[in-house]
Amino acid sequence: MDTMRRAETAAGAEAEAGAPSLQRSGQWFLPPLPARLRARRSLRRRWPPYLLLLPSVVAIGLLLLWPTIQIGVYSFQNYGIQQIVGNEPTQWTGLSNFTSVLSDSEFWLSLRITVVFSAVVVPLTLLTGTLVGLLLHRLGRRMAALVSTAALLAWATPAVSASVIFVWLFDPDGGVADWLLGRLPSWLGGGAARWSGFSWTNAPLPAYTLLTLLVVWQAFPFIAVSVLAGLKMIPEELHDAARVDGAGWWRSFWKVTYPLLKPIFLVLLLLSIIWDFGVFTQAYLVTGELGNRNEYNLGIYAYDRAFTTPPAYGLASALALILTVVLLIITVGYVRASVRQGAIQ
Amino acid sequence: MSNGPARHTLRRYRKAVLNVTGVLVALVTLFPIFWMVSTAFKPPAEIYSLTPHPLPAHPTLSNFREVLDGSVIGMPYWVFLRNSLFVTLTSVVASSVIALLAAVAVARFRFRFRATYLIMLLIVQMLPQQALVIALFLDFRRVNLLDSLLGLILVYTAFALPVTIWMLRNFVAVVPRELEEAAAIDGAGPVRAFLRVLLPLVAPGLVATSVFAFIFAWNEFVFALTFLGTDQGKYTLPIYVKYFFGRGSNDWGAIMATSVLFTVPVMIFFLLGQRRLRSGLIAGAVKA
Repeated sequence: MDTMRRAETAAGAEAEAGAPSLQRSGQWFLPPLPARLRARRSLRRRWPPYLLLLPSVVAIGLLLLWPTIQIGVYSFQNYGIQQIVGNEPTQWTGLSNFTSVLSDSEFWLSLRITVVFSAVVVPLTLLTGTLVGLLLHRLGRRMAALVSTAALLAWATPAVSASVIFVWLFDPDGGVADWLLGRLPSWLGGGAARWSGFSWTNAPLPAYTLLTLLVVWQAFPFIAVSVLAGLKMIPEELHDAARVDGAGWWRSFWKVTYPLLKPIFLVLLLLSIIWDFGVFTQAYLVTGELGNRNEYNLGIYAYDRAFTTPPAYGLASALALILTVVLLIITVGYVRASVRQGAIQ
Repeated sequence: MSNGPARHTLRRYRKAVLNVTGVLVALVTLFPIFWMVSTAFKPPAEIYSLTPHPLPAHPTLSNFREVLDGSVIGMPYWVFLRNSLFVTLTSVVASSVIALLAAVAVARFRFRFRATYLIMLLIVQMLPQQALVIALFLDFRRVNLLDSLLGLILVYTAFALPVTIWMLRNFVAVVPRELEEAAAIDGAGPVRAFLRVLLPLVAPGLVATSVFAFIFAWNEFVFALTFLGTDQGKYTLPIYVKYFFGRGSNDWGAIMATSVLFTVPVMIFFLLGQRRLRSGLIAGAVKA
């Protein structure tokens, strides 16, 4: 608990450390120094930041920015198996990759799956996470430790393990989910016959129901912990005042808690959209490792075009570019929200 | 004060409801993890029984033996553990060093393009891996970095940087500058002042970023899946789990055993570092 609090205050103290009055001058507050020393300091100051940044700029530039540019270039070329082995030169083909993508019904299906999946999972994750965050805030210390440890373990479970576990939970032979659903009264669950041997991975709707549960299970802890951190920053007096004014729990949430946490919610919303739109590992494993073409989301569709024979890197790049551009549009909102909260100090 | 006892009962009732909800949330959240561990210790007859039992009636280690001795893939588990540890630890050290340098630059200096750099970090961190993997695969194929652990180390180091720099700069920013100035006045050079003054104070931040980088590299799937195509001796643990999962044999005991052996180390690591990581991530993603 102690380290947690210390780290929190450390993070919170940043605003004070970078107080605008000291910063706008472009110089840190320094005790007065002899003129010669000051001159040497200003010379020394011009270069170090760029040298310190150099390794990170090189690494990020080569392994993140350069590939992004290449994706953009390849998407206008006929990059395929003949080009990669060197039999034929790579040619510019204009928009042909994009026109063939847009006329492909599989693209529209994968886009629809991606959008609908995000539209369901994002609100569900935010709702679950917020409720658990509120619960954590009101529980006693020991109960809160129990719940947050459970949530952290779910958070810590790697995507590969989580996917494998959930496929097993929903397995038609011996899985717990089918057994449980079969035990529900027949007016509610449809009876044991309906669920015995029900396969969750062979059709899009059941597969994405499974994925929804899986992704919510993995993602709600981050939301809960973030909401909890926000709740701890709200002074207790505000809620007390609301209670004195006769506000119930519901009113006090919407009139006090929500407005104060709104910036946090905005960032969490944008992050969730970005993550759920691009969910890959879980979808790849649950839908049978490129096994069911009618269960592809956008990312898997692009991956499939690039890495199943015959590879069509140009076409896959066009898809990857579309995915990247969509995510960048949401990222712009995320960056603006972060800047408005004073992230770039 | 006539309603005192009633209010007291109401409060106790509320508290009981909250506690019961808490226990239920914890149980539901823990169930998948519990089920993984429990299945890993069950003999086949219990795994496929028509009525599942929570705990193994006759616990067995045979699933783990199958996974550890490598009779299925032809190589023992330790090969993959070694690959994973090598890739993860190397990229953690590399990304921590690079991120610390960048964090000092961003937190300690004002310079042109500083805001550009910070915004670039925010954007780059959102680039979808399944898009970049296509271009990186073609690049790495050209420079012979496929089927190589070095290739993975390069990717993991670079991909951890945006978040680690973003987190670390908060930790650097709160170290009082006066301490370094005092060291400078006492005659310490910038390197010495850095090592003696800044580094010890930023250590908690380095723990947080290391935990993040560790988890990222240990868990990473897309690049390992794509780059380690043909050489099974180079597999990292997530690919080993996928190998068991993808055999189509539905050997759930063995699949859950690999999954346990892959998950438990990162969980322990996560629980040890979670307090710092949590505040660091929140400071990075939400507050800051």
